[in-house]
Amino acid sequence: MAETRAKTIGQFLARQGILVAFVLFMIGFALANGRFLGIDNIMGVVRSSAILGVIALGVTFVVISGNLDLSVGSMMSFSTIVVLDLHDKIGPALAIPAMFAMTMALGALIGFLVGYLKLNSLIVTLGMLSAIHGLTLTYSGGKNMDIDDKAGTWFSFFGQDSVLGIPVPILVIALLAVLLSLLLSRTPFGRKVYAVGGNGVAATFSGIPRARVVFMCYLISAFCVAVAGLLQASRSLGSQNTVGQGTELDVLAAVILGGASLLGGSGTIFKTVIGVLILGFIQNGLLLVGLAFYVQYVVTWVIIILAVWLDIAAKRGRLLSPIA
Amino acid sequence: MKPYLKQSAIWGFVVLELIFFSVAGEFLSLSDKAFMDLDNMLLLFKQSAPIGIIALGMTVVMINGNIDLSVGAIFALCAIIMLDSMKWPIFAGLGDWVILVGWLLALLSGMVLGLINGLIVWKTGVDAFIVTLGSMLGYRGLVFMYNGENPTSNLNWTMVDIAEADILGIETPTIVFVICTILVWLLMTRTVHGRNAYAIGDNREAAVNAGIRVGPHMVWNFVLIGFLAALSAVVFYSASGSVNPNDGTLYELWVITAVVLGGTKLTGGSGSVIATFGGVIAIQLLRKGLGHIGADTAMVNLVIGLILIAVLFLDRQLNRKGKEELRT
Repeated sequence: MAETRAKTIGQFLARQGILVAFVLFMIGFALANGRFLGIDNIMGVVRSSAILGVIALGVTFVVISGNLDLSVGSMMSFSTIVVLDLHDKIGPALAIPAMFAMTMALGALIGFLVGYLKLNSLIVTLGMLSAIHGLTLTYSGGKNMDIDDKAGTWFSFFGQDSVLGIPVPILVIALLAVLLSLLLSRTPFGRKVYAVGGNGVAATFSGIPRARVVFMCYLISAFCVAVAGLLQASRSLGSQNTVGQGTELDVLAAVILGGASLLGGSGTIFKTVIGVLILGFIQNGLLLVGLAFYVQYVVTWVIIILAVWLDIAAKRGRLLSPIA
Repeated sequence: MKPYLKQSAIWGFVVLELIFFSVAGEFLSLSDKAFMDLDNMLLLFKQSAPIGIIALGMTVVMINGNIDLSVGAIFALCAIIMLDSMKWPIFAGLGDWVILVGWLLALLSGMVLGLINGLIVWKTGVDAFIVTLGSMLGYRGLVFMYNGENPTSNLNWTMVDIAEADILGIETPTIVFVICTILVWLLMTRTVHGRNAYAIGDNREAAVNAGIRVGPHMVWNFVLIGFLAALSAVVFYSASGSVNPNDGTLYELWVITAVVLGGTKLTGGSGSVIATFGGVIAIQLLRKGLGHIGADTAMVNLVIGLILIAVLFLDRQLNRKGKEELRT
């Protein structure tokens, strides 16, 4: 009896370990600093994680379908720069759809290369990381982008305003998370994404258009990047060319922390959100405790390895790998 | 015959670049100097050395079926350890011998960092991509913890003299790069370890069944790339004498680009050290060449990205036979 109970607890820990760790962290930080669980602080953390989070939502689709996307950082720089530049040229009402169209065209290109031409997603998106960065620099001529009339534009709404006391970035990521979560868990398309990532060959034999599903995943990812670019541009109203550089790896860290397997076929939007929040709260908690910002890197390292290791260990039923 | 043909593809590309930039340079270049003069080519080799030395290790790791994203952070951490350790009070009485101590400490640290990666990959069974993605963050964190956000400097003129010494005009970085290429090539083509590394990358199950101890081979390869990342730092920072905590960021991406350009497969089991050498030269040539004809860095990024994808596409088209994929 006691044994089965221990086993159940073990299984629970293995399955929801990341949530348990999250709760433990929150309690620890809350005890160390009274302000940590204050509503202002929590809002602040969620808000500053929103941009990373929005991208992570899209990348979750790509990862579940069994691919990777390393180009999201460059792509976010691109959309931020483009929307800021067009803002003064054709006005915000036209600039936003134009930016979405351009960013999603890039996503479609990647989707075509990975989906229809079946090229390795890691290398394609690595190439696109470099190429889109070059594109951004060419577009901006290497200069920083700024909006002329910073006080008078309604464009700042997305990044700076609040609705009913809740900052808009939080509303955006919440809305997007709910919609994408429904898409992934409640629609035939969502099931196809899991099927393609879980076993591509089997999916093809059961009549699922693998290429089109992969293509759509990259399109969703690009859409999310465009949203993130919009939030970033609207928040700062000016930007360097390198604003998104390095985001791709933070995003992957969050997605992996949420428990999505890089081999594809597993992961959920909810877990990705948890992964993003864990990264955000650890960063914030360590700062509040008085540690320098770079300590979070080391902590993140340990957490990522432990999270994935325990997940794998639970699946194979033993702690250490059986490889000789 | 076929493997030689594949290996020589990258050299064909290098020759093509040389011809293109020489001709285009005649019309577009702002300077009177020819693109292909000796000084320029020697400089090219010297500038490729930091990325190139790491790329050799990445080739081995990728042939083995793994990947290492933490090389940039290892590079920076070892550079800091090298420069800082020379100022430690316990080594105060050593005079210029302290340089040797600093170098050895840096190389040792690189091997230890690689060992940590390798042991985690082996013992936990977590994919190398995730393990080294984590340690890329973790090691970078250690870099910052070492000296905050300040640069670490230690200019030692004897060290600079050694780092910039030359034999017949060929400078130290180039010499180290070439010697390393030859040694790693010998390791991969003439030793049991190399043969096993190919076997493991090609088919891990089969390698296990053939009695190859997969784990230790993988660990040694991670130690090797750690060592080479540290060596790259030693070569580079002995001359410059100052390291910023952000140095080496994105190196992993440049290195992987060079290796893939050289034709090494991400899936493991195939690849060549000599072809990686060619890939490194090709990238550096592209950078210099585009600069020569007046293009800016933006164009370099764009072109390298597109070439990478084109190479992948061509490679797939040429190697389709025999491995016909499932058509959809």
